[in-house]
Amino acid sequence: MNFVYHVEGGDFTNAGSTSSQVKRMLKKIGVSPEIVKKTVVALYEAEVNIVAHAYRGDITVDLEEDHIKIVLADEGPGIPDIDRAMQKGYSTASQKVREMGFGAGMGLPNIKNNSDSLNITSEVGKGTTIELINYFQ
Amino acid sequence: MTLKEIKDLVQGEIICGEDYLDQQIECVFASDLMSDVLTLKDVNNLLLLTGLSNLQSIRTCEMSDISFLLIVRGKEVTEEMKELAEDNDMVVIRTEYSMYKTSGILYNAGLPAVY
Ligand SMILES: Nc1ncnc2c1ncn2[C@@H]1O[C@H](COP(=O)(O)OP(=O)(O)OP(=O)(O)O)[C@@H](O)[C@H]1O
Ligand SMILES: [Mg+2]
Repeated sequence: MNFVYHVEGGDFTNAGSTSSQVKRMLKKIGVSPEIVKKTVVALYEAEVNIVAHAYRGDITVDLEEDHIKIVLADEGPGIPDIDRAMQKGYSTASQKVREMGFGAGMGLPNIKNNSDSLNITSEVGKGTTIELINYFQ
Repeated sequence: MTLKEIKDLVQGEIICGEDYLDQQIECVFASDLMSDVLTLKDVNNLLLLTGLSNLQSIRTCEMSDISFLLIVRGKEVTEEMKELAEDNDMVVIRTEYSMYKTSGILYNAGLPAVY
Protein backbone atom coordinates (compact mmCIF):
# COMPACT_ATOMS: atom_id res chain seq x y z
CA MET A 1 0.00 0.00 0.00
CA ASN A 2 1.24 3.47 -0.93
CA PHE A 3 0.32 6.80 0.61
CA VAL A 4 1.59 10.24 -0.31
CA TYR A 5 1.46 13.28 1.95
CA HIS A 6 2.44 16.85 1.19
CA VAL A 7 4.36 19.08 3.60
CA GLU A 8 4.82 22.85 3.37
CA GLY A 9 7.97 24.56 4.60
CA GLY A 10 7.40 26.90 7.54
CA ASP A 11 4.00 25.42 8.38
CA PHE A 12 4.50 24.58 12.04
CA THR A 13 0.77 24.25 12.65
CA ASN A 14 0.55 21.12 10.54
CA ALA A 15 4.04 19.79 11.20
CA GLY A 16 3.60 16.27 12.50
CA SER A 17 0.20 15.58 10.98
CA THR A 18 1.67 13.05 8.56
CA SER A 19 3.50 11.33 11.42
CA SER A 20 0.26 11.29 13.34
CA GLN A 21 -1.62 9.59 10.50
CA VAL A 22 1.13 7.03 10.02
CA LYS A 23 1.12 6.31 13.74
CA ARG A 24 -2.61 5.58 13.68
CA MET A 25 -2.18 3.36 10.64
CA LEU A 26 0.63 1.31 12.20
CA LYS A 27 -1.27 0.88 15.45
CA LYS A 28 -4.33 -0.24 13.56
CA ILE A 29 -2.50 -3.02 11.72
CA GLY A 30 -1.05 -4.25 14.99
CA VAL A 31 2.63 -3.28 14.76
CA SER A 32 4.29 -3.53 18.19
CA PRO A 33 4.34 -0.30 20.25
CA GLU A 34 8.17 -0.12 20.30
CA ILE A 35 8.39 -0.31 16.53
CA VAL A 36 5.53 2.16 16.09
CA LYS A 37 7.34 4.56 18.37
CA LYS A 38 10.74 4.34 16.71
CA THR A 39 9.17 4.70 13.27
CA VAL A 40 7.08 7.74 14.10
CA VAL A 41 9.88 9.43 16.05
CA ALA A 42 12.16 9.10 13.00
CA LEU A 43 9.38 10.21 10.65
CA TYR A 44 8.40 13.16 12.84
CA GLU A 45 11.99 14.43 13.04
CA ALA A 46 12.30 14.15 9.26
CA GLU A 47 8.92 15.81 8.72
CA VAL A 48 9.85 18.69 11.03
CA ASN A 49 13.14 19.05 9.14
CA ILE A 50 11.22 19.72 5.92
CA VAL A 51 9.07 22.30 7.71
CA ALA A 52 12.11 23.85 9.42
CA HIS A 53 14.72 23.76 6.68
CA ALA A 54 13.09 23.23 3.26
CA TYR A 55 10.43 24.86 1.08
CA ARG A 56 8.12 21.91 0.52
CA GLY A 57 8.21 18.17 0.29
CA ASP A 58 6.38 14.95 -0.33
CA ILE A 59 6.35 12.01 2.02
CA THR A 60 5.70 8.64 0.42
CA VAL A 61 4.84 5.81 2.73
CA ASP A 62 5.08 2.30 1.40
CA LEU A 63 3.50 -0.13 3.80
CA GLU A 64 4.41 -3.77 3.22
CA GLU A 65 3.63 -6.91 5.18
CA ASP A 66 6.90 -6.98 7.11
CA HIS A 67 8.26 -3.45 6.82
CA ILE A 68 7.53 0.18 6.19
CA LYS A 69 9.53 2.28 3.78
CA ILE A 70 9.26 6.05 4.02
CA VAL A 71 10.71 8.45 1.47
CA LEU A 72 10.80 12.16 2.27
CA ALA A 73 11.75 14.18 -0.78
CA ASP A 74 11.96 17.93 -0.42
CA GLU A 75 12.67 20.99 -2.49
CA GLY A 76 14.97 23.18 -0.49
CA PRO A 77 18.48 24.42 0.10
CA GLY A 78 19.89 20.90 0.43
CA ILE A 79 22.57 19.82 2.89
CA PRO A 80 26.14 20.74 1.84
CA ASP A 81 27.88 18.34 4.23
CA ILE A 82 25.73 15.40 5.31
CA ASP A 83 28.36 13.90 7.65
CA ARG A 84 28.55 17.18 9.50
CA ALA A 85 24.74 17.53 9.62
CA MET A 86 24.55 14.04 11.15
CA GLN A 87 26.67 15.12 14.11
CA LYS A 88 24.88 15.77 17.38
CA GLY A 89 24.53 19.48 18.05
CA TYR A 90 25.05 20.69 14.49
CA SER A 91 22.20 23.01 13.54
CA THR A 92 21.55 25.95 11.25
CA ALA A 93 17.99 26.39 12.54
CA SER A 94 16.55 29.90 12.46
CA GLN A 95 15.32 31.77 15.52
CA LYS A 96 11.74 30.97 14.50
CA VAL A 97 12.50 27.24 14.39
CA ARG A 98 14.17 27.45 17.82
CA GLU A 99 11.10 29.14 19.24
CA MET A 100 9.06 26.16 18.06
CA GLY A 101 11.21 23.90 20.25
CA PHE A 102 13.56 22.64 17.54
CA GLY A 103 17.13 23.37 16.52
CA ALA A 104 19.09 21.23 18.96
CA GLY A 105 20.91 19.49 16.14
CA MET A 106 19.63 16.15 17.32
CA GLY A 107 17.04 15.31 14.70
CA LEU A 108 19.23 13.51 12.18
CA PRO A 109 21.04 11.48 14.88
CA ASN A 110 17.60 10.62 16.29
CA ILE A 111 16.44 9.48 12.86
CA LYS A 112 19.50 7.27 12.53
CA ASN A 113 18.96 5.71 15.96
CA ASN A 114 15.35 4.96 15.17
CA SER A 115 15.63 3.43 11.73
CA ASP A 116 16.83 0.02 10.58
CA SER A 117 18.06 1.41 7.30
CA LEU A 118 18.67 5.06 6.43
CA ASN A 119 19.82 6.70 3.24
CA ILE A 120 20.22 10.44 2.81
CA THR A 121 21.02 12.15 -0.47
CA SER A 122 21.09 15.87 -1.05
CA GLU A 123 21.86 18.36 -3.74
CA VAL A 124 22.67 21.92 -2.74
CA GLY A 125 20.14 24.35 -4.17
CA LYS A 126 17.72 21.55 -5.09
CA GLY A 127 16.70 19.48 -2.16
CA THR A 128 17.13 16.53 0.13
CA THR A 129 15.79 12.98 0.04
CA ILE A 130 15.66 10.75 3.08
CA GLU A 131 14.74 7.13 2.76
CA LEU A 132 14.19 5.01 5.82
CA ILE A 133 13.04 1.46 6.35
CA ASN A 134 11.84 -0.20 9.53
CA TYR A 135 11.04 -3.89 9.86
CA PHE A 136 8.12 -5.06 11.95
CA GLN A 137 9.96 -8.01 13.48
CA MET B 1 2.99 10.08 43.36
CA THR B 2 -0.34 10.74 41.69
CA LEU B 3 -0.99 13.49 39.18
CA LYS B 4 -3.50 14.93 41.63
CA GLU B 5 -0.75 15.31 44.24
CA ILE B 6 1.55 16.88 41.66
CA LYS B 7 -1.13 19.31 40.59
CA ASP B 8 -1.65 20.38 44.20
CA LEU B 9 2.10 20.74 44.88
CA VAL B 10 2.55 23.17 42.00
CA GLN B 11 -0.88 24.80 42.41
CA GLY B 12 -1.60 23.69 38.90
CA GLU B 13 -4.64 23.97 36.72
CA ILE B 14 -5.97 21.00 34.77
CA ILE B 15 -6.20 21.72 31.06
CA CYS B 16 -7.43 18.27 30.10
CA GLY B 17 -7.47 14.69 31.31
CA GLU B 18 -9.34 15.29 34.56
CA ASP B 19 -10.37 11.63 34.61
CA TYR B 20 -6.82 10.33 34.83
CA LEU B 21 -5.59 12.27 37.87
CA ASP B 22 -5.18 9.10 39.93
CA GLN B 23 -2.41 7.92 37.55
CA GLN B 24 0.95 7.34 39.22
CA ILE B 25 4.03 9.25 38.11
CA GLU B 26 7.41 7.65 38.73
CA CYS B 27 9.90 10.00 37.09
CA VAL B 28 10.25 13.37 35.46
CA PHE B 29 12.04 14.84 32.46
CA ALA B 30 12.32 18.58 31.91
CA SER B 31 13.17 20.14 28.55
CA ASP B 32 12.20 22.82 26.08
CA LEU B 33 13.99 20.99 23.27
CA MET B 34 11.66 18.60 21.51
CA SER B 35 14.43 16.57 19.85
CA ASP B 36 15.79 15.98 23.32
CA VAL B 37 12.42 14.65 24.48
CA LEU B 38 12.26 12.46 21.37
CA THR B 39 15.35 10.51 22.52
CA LEU B 40 13.59 9.15 25.61
CA LYS B 41 13.14 5.40 25.50
CA ASP B 42 11.03 4.29 28.45
CA VAL B 43 8.30 6.84 29.06
CA ASN B 44 5.91 4.77 31.16
CA ASN B 45 4.63 6.83 34.09
CA LEU B 46 6.82 9.71 33.01
CA LEU B 47 5.86 13.34 33.45
CA LEU B 48 7.27 15.86 31.00
CA LEU B 49 7.93 19.38 32.23
CA THR B 50 8.25 22.02 29.58
CA GLY B 51 8.08 25.76 29.07
CA LEU B 52 7.26 25.20 25.43
CA SER B 53 3.55 25.57 24.94
CA ASN B 54 2.66 25.02 21.30
CA LEU B 55 1.26 22.33 19.03
CA GLN B 56 4.69 20.78 18.63
CA SER B 57 5.06 20.08 22.35
CA ILE B 58 1.80 18.09 22.16
CA ARG B 59 2.85 16.39 18.89
CA THR B 60 6.14 15.42 20.50
CA CYS B 61 4.26 13.74 23.34
CA GLU B 62 2.06 11.98 20.81
CA MET B 63 5.04 10.58 18.89
CA SER B 64 6.98 9.53 21.96
CA ASP B 65 3.99 8.03 23.81
CA ILE B 66 4.20 10.54 26.66
CA SER B 67 0.78 10.89 28.30
CA PHE B 68 1.48 13.39 31.06
CA LEU B 69 2.54 16.98 30.45
CA LEU B 70 3.12 19.83 32.88
CA ILE B 71 3.49 23.24 31.28
CA VAL B 72 5.38 25.75 33.42
CA ARG B 73 5.37 29.56 33.68
CA GLY B 74 1.65 29.80 32.99
CA LYS B 75 2.08 29.67 29.24
CA GLU B 76 -1.15 29.85 27.32
CA VAL B 77 -2.61 26.58 26.00
CA THR B 78 -4.62 27.07 22.83
CA GLU B 79 -7.87 25.29 22.02
CA GLU B 80 -6.07 23.44 19.19
CA MET B 81 -3.44 22.13 21.60
CA LYS B 82 -6.11 21.03 24.03
CA GLU B 83 -8.01 19.17 21.30
CA LEU B 84 -4.88 17.40 20.11
CA ALA B 85 -4.00 16.45 23.69
CA GLU B 86 -7.53 15.13 24.27
CA ASP B 87 -7.36 13.10 21.06
CA ASN B 88 -4.29 11.42 22.52
CA ASP B 89 -5.82 10.83 25.97
CA MET B 90 -3.23 13.04 27.60
CA VAL B 91 -3.29 14.81 30.92
CA VAL B 92 -2.11 18.41 30.60
CA ILE B 93 -1.55 20.52 33.69
CA ARG B 94 -0.39 24.13 33.75
CA THR B 95 1.39 25.93 36.56
CA GLU B 96 2.40 29.55 37.04
CA TYR B 97 5.64 28.38 38.66
CA SER B 98 8.94 28.57 36.76
CA MET B 99 10.79 25.53 35.45
CA TYR B 100 13.36 25.68 38.26
CA LYS B 101 10.81 26.11 41.01
CA THR B 102 8.57 23.35 39.66
CA SER B 103 11.52 20.98 39.28
CA GLY B 104 12.72 21.75 42.81
CA ILE B 105 9.32 21.15 44.35
CA LEU B 106 8.79 17.83 42.56
CA TYR B 107 12.34 16.63 43.23
CA ASN B 108 12.01 17.51 46.91
CA ALA B 109 8.74 15.64 47.08
CA GLY B 110 10.62 12.50 46.02
CA LEU B 111 10.09 12.34 42.27
CA PRO B 112 13.35 11.23 40.63
CA ALA B 113 14.79 12.38 37.32
CA VAL B 114 14.43 9.96 34.43
CA TYR B 115 18.25 9.97 34.20
N1 LIG C 1 15.50 18.62 4.84
C1 LIG C 1 16.56 19.43 5.06
N2 LIG C 1 16.88 20.41 4.15
C2 LIG C 1 17.94 21.20 4.35
N3 LIG C 1 18.75 21.13 5.43
C3 LIG C 1 18.49 20.20 6.35
C4 LIG C 1 17.38 19.30 6.23
N4 LIG C 1 17.39 18.46 7.28
C5 LIG C 1 18.44 18.83 8.03
N5 LIG C 1 19.11 19.86 7.48
C6 LIG C 1 20.34 20.50 7.99
O1 LIG C 1 20.98 19.63 8.91
C7 LIG C 1 21.05 20.27 10.20
C8 LIG C 1 20.91 19.22 11.29
O2 LIG C 1 19.59 18.64 11.24
P1 LIG C 1 18.99 18.02 12.58
O3 LIG C 1 17.63 17.56 12.29
O4 LIG C 1 19.95 17.04 13.14
O5 LIG C 1 18.97 19.27 13.58
P2 LIG C 1 17.99 20.53 13.61
O6 LIG C 1 16.82 20.29 12.72
O7 LIG C 1 18.78 21.75 13.33
O8 LIG C 1 17.54 20.54 15.13
P3 LIG C 1 16.60 19.42 15.87
O9 LIG C 1 16.30 18.39 14.85
O10 LIG C 1 17.40 18.92 17.00
O11 LIG C 1 15.41 20.16 16.31
C9 LIG C 1 19.98 21.33 10.17
O12 LIG C 1 20.18 22.37 11.10
C10 LIG C 1 20.06 21.81 8.73
O13 LIG C 1 21.18 22.64 8.55
MG1 LIG D 1 15.74 18.51 12.90
